[in-house]
Amino acid sequence: MPTVSMTVNGQPAAGEVEGRTLLVEFLREHLRLTGTHVGCDTSQCGACVVHVNGKSVKSCTMLAAQADGAEVTTIEGLATNGELHPMQAAFKEHHGLQCGFCTPGMVMSAVDLLNTNANPSEREIREWLEGNICRCTGYNNIVKAIQAAAGQTGG
Amino acid sequence: MYNFNYHRAGSVEEAVQLLSGASEGTLMGGGMTLIPVLKQRLANPSDVVDIGGISALSGVSEDGGKVVVGATTTHAAVASDATVQAKIPALAVLAESIGDAQVRNRGTIGGSIANNDPAADYPAALVGLGATIRTNTREIAADDFFTGLFETALGDNEIITAVAFPVPDKAGYAKFPNPASRYAVVGVMASQGPAGTRVAVTGAGPCVFRAADMEAALSSNFSAEALSGISVSADDLNSDIHASAEYRAHLVGVMARRAVAAAG
Ligand SMILES: Cc1cc2nc3c(=O)[nH]c(=O)nc-3n(C[C@H](O)[C@H](O)[C@H](O)COP(=O)(O)OP(=O)(O)OC[C@H]3O[C@@H](n4cnc5c(N)ncnc54)[C@H](O)[C@@H]3O)c2cc1C
Ligand code: FES
Ligand code: FES
Repeated sequence: MPTVSMTVNGQPAAGEVEGRTLLVEFLREHLRLTGTHVGCDTSQCGACVVHVNGKSVKSCTMLAAQADGAEVTTIEGLATNGELHPMQAAFKEHHGLQCGFCTPGMVMSAVDLLNTNANPSEREIREWLEGNICRCTGYNNIVKAIQAAAGQTGG
Repeated sequence: MYNFNYHRAGSVEEAVQLLSGASEGTLMGGGMTLIPVLKQRLANPSDVVDIGGISALSGVSEDGGKVVVGATTTHAAVASDATVQAKIPALAVLAESIGDAQVRNRGTIGGSIANNDPAADYPAALVGLGATIRTNTREIAADDFFTGLFETALGDNEIITAVAFPVPDKAGYAKFPNPASRYAVVGVMASQGPAGTRVAVTGAGPCVFRAADMEAALSSNFSAEALSGISVSADDLNSDIHASAEYRAHLVGVMARRAVAAAG
């Protein structure tokens, strides 16, 4: 079986995987990082979004072997020294979650949005969230949280 | 998912070798179509050859007045590329309209056109702009490349290396996206330039096609008004839960006018 090694949340991580092992399976089942969720099997819901080399990707639609040598960040890697990442804090403050199932993917996707476009319009935020499905919130408070994290007032 | 051997190819030559050595090998670009297909057990390859890491296949360059997009260039990279935005803004608009941000971060132009999904966006760009597909063995005109539903002119183990786009004088893309998947219910690329006057339609039929009557009308007067009164027959168009053939035929007219208007 092939061995993969990558950096996950700043720490080296390695393991034996099958060719077909998905990145999300490696994260959840080998590394026990269960913050990354699986909400569908059609690559559409975005509950599994993590960052690979700084870009948001669906970890259910990437092989662990494809991430060999990569830098991976999951929701567990956002907080520093027990302090929530500003995006996490904004989701909490603005009630951007209800059941929380979609939240790890939403937050990882939103962090990538602000890395790509520091001051997005409401429309750009909504378009960016195309690949993240939430069954609870109706998205409005998620959009407000992202606006707040971008330093936009009145969101 | 059935298991398979995974290989990361360092070069096109190595990828060809790996494919020919496999009992049932398949290429992988971004995996955004292949992995969902594997998950549904609709394919059972013995070996998956990943070409996503071949740096020579990635990126945009200019070559003899053409904009050349490497096969493994992601949709996000095409959408944000300065050369594409300056020379063929309609291509950047099209790439930006594909799927969602995460799909655009991984999916590649080579994978999209090799798959030739009837509702994919890129086939409209290649045919609508008169592009040339470069492979490891030859060049193929876009008009000859897309041969049918999920069918292309690619031979066994043939690898797309790049797509070369002539720079149009005017080009516009308009798409009526499926609200759930963002694939095109109907998408139209209209252009005028060195490749002539072209109107390419995706989503509507089993494979991308050119609308000859519209091209004839636009060749003397490239304006949305020139298209009024020209309709497309619903006869060979797709009918499914998303849209009837008649509705798609109607959308072809609307999207064509919008594409021409967007071309300015
Ligand atoms: C949720 C979702 C939404 C989407 N929405 C859209 C949309 O709105 N519009 C749209 O157009 N597409 C859409 N797609 C598809 C997406 O654009 C894919 O990226 C694309 O179809 C395949 O590209 P890939 O690089 O991921 O190919 P892969 O999945 O890696 O490969 C696809 C096929 O192409 C072959 N292949 C790959 N590269 C090459 C090459 N260089 N030479 C020869 N053969 C090759 C592979 O063997 C395989 O058969 C969507 C996908 C998802 C998951
Ligand atoms: S689990 Fe739904 S997109 Fe990955
Ligand atoms: S908070 Fe429940 S799915 Fe989004």
